[in-house]
Amino acid sequence: MLDDLNDLYQQVILDHSRNPRHFGKLPEATHSAQGRNPLCGDELTLYLKINDGRVEAVSFEGSGCAISRASASLLTETLQGRPVEEVRGLFEEMHKLVTHGRSEKPLPEKLAVFAGVHKFPSRVKCAILPWHTALAALDNRKEPITTE
Amino acid sequence: MREQATKRGSEEQTNKAAAEALRPEAIRKDFPALGQTVHGRPLVYLDNAATTQRPLAVIEAIRGFYLRDNANVHRGSYDLSHRATEAYEAARARTARFLNAAEPAEIIFTRNATEAINLAAFSWSERFLGPGDAILLTEMEHHSNLVPWQMAARRAGARLLFVPVTGPEGLLDMDRVQALLRPPVKLFAFTHVSNALGTINPAAELCRLARQRGIVTLVDAAQSAGHMPLDVRELGCDFLALSGHKLCGPTGIGALYAKRELLEAMPPWQTGGEMIDQVTLDQSSWAPPPHKFEAGTPNIAGAVGLGAAVDYLERIGRERVFRHELELTAYALDRLKEVKGLRLFGPKTAPPHAGAISFCFETIHAHDVVTFVDRLGVALRGGHHCAQPLMRKLGVPATARASFYLYNTRQEADALVEALQETRRFFGA
Ligand SMILES: Cc1ncc(COP(=O)(O)O)c(C=O)c1O
Repeated sequence: MLDDLNDLYQQVILDHSRNPRHFGKLPEATHSAQGRNPLCGDELTLYLKINDGRVEAVSFEGSGCAISRASASLLTETLQGRPVEEVRGLFEEMHKLVTHGRSEKPLPEKLAVFAGVHKFPSRVKCAILPWHTALAALDNRKEPITTE
Repeated sequence: MREQATKRGSEEQTNKAAAEALRPEAIRKDFPALGQTVHGRPLVYLDNAATTQRPLAVIEAIRGFYLRDNANVHRGSYDLSHRATEAYEAARARTARFLNAAEPAEIIFTRNATEAINLAAFSWSERFLGPGDAILLTEMEHHSNLVPWQMAARRAGARLLFVPVTGPEGLLDMDRVQALLRPPVKLFAFTHVSNALGTINPAAELCRLARQRGIVTLVDAAQSAGHMPLDVRELGCDFLALSGHKLCGPTGIGALYAKRELLEAMPPWQTGGEMIDQVTLDQSSWAPPPHKFEAGTPNIAGAVGLGAAVDYLERIGRERVFRHELELTAYALDRLKEVKGLRLFGPKTAPPHAGAISFCFETIHAHDVVTFVDRLGVALRGGHHCAQPLMRKLGVPATARASFYLYNTRQEADALVEALQETRRFFGA
């Protein structure tokens, strides 16, 4: 069972949770949304600057567990520079990865570290929260979204 | 003569038993669920503030009811229905005795403490709360003793006031209590033991201060009822709420204690069958308490289980349960200080710290702590513990919580400390 823990908390995840990339507000953001996981108190705000159908800049802020912070941090790295139309597809593959341990279509390699999450059903919401929030931001939804 | 001597003898025996320290190793045999392993490790169940495990006596009582005595209550005039009614009403009488209520009719069965508080907040406020009045609460309330009063205040045009919690030790500011207990406050509702901080509040003193000023009191005893001796007349409260599942009983059953005069004066809450006297197509009159507040078919087997739970606790002795929990808490508080980077909330000593200990690492989120120690067999709760305003005040998004009960041992407290040390090493905190 300690193997499971090592699978869940891979070095990359611990590193991103301690030193999240693109952390902070994005003054030039065109889109943003808030996400919450009421069960454990994860809260994040995601900012996107969309230009010409591309994510030109992305950042997040908030507090949460190691899994949700690392997921948000890796999401920002993944989305940076991507066409907006790819985001929903990424969300869906990420969802498969964290619930079943594998995606159907290939995902950017760095997201593979989240495969271990599927052995921890209570942590799936933490990993997927930033991705839900990204979709909400693209819709510019005003109400905070929650995983409950 | 002889009879008297025997009686004295048996009383002495009881007193001797009461004086003896509780032996959790023996008690664990009554709780089959405690004997299992999780993730290949012995289960160390430390989430008793959320719900306790059930002893065989309770499981058997429920099973026995369904196997032999099951029928609806207060309806049939056949033998089986009599037996079911008797079992249900006997459970009420046992619960009344457990709390030292003046009579069984002062016990209303509900689904849980939450429903008990909702009942009081609705019915009492309908009759006694008006525009400009205030309800006094504390900053450490469980959402269950906050949200129902928000709703009641909104309906009545009344407002809420709060006794502040001082510092990370989490004690009520008693000077502010004195200052706040005056008009327009009509009712003071507070938790006896905080589920998030472990603080034992001076309930009798709080009720006395309120009573002197003609203010009605409600004690949320969800975290105290199965853990320490509790006597509503000694406390001097007007209402008291408890949940069966937090004191060895089944889920789906709780109770509201209320003084008879209040129950007489309050309008019903839910309405329908079982709670009426006369019904015409246009209007109805109510049955006397407690039935006035128990609409529809109640949780009969749940009540029977609750009755068995309070019997079980009385047999063990709540004084001994309390002493055991305080000793274990004092031991754990002491040992937890060894864990580097761990921040402890709530009082520094037991008492006034009851058996629920909240803590967090400066650099590891509570949710990660809970996931990690679970893989080592230790069941903790992580989160805001249904006390978001309090968490905001403590300045943390979440804490982890270990909560003890009569069957927890020092070895389990040691296992907790070990698991937290391992967590710290793993996350490099
Ligand atoms: C202090 C306190 N009050 C009320 C409740 C609500 O209990 P229940 O969910 O059984 O209604 C709890 C449960 O966690 C509690 O700890």
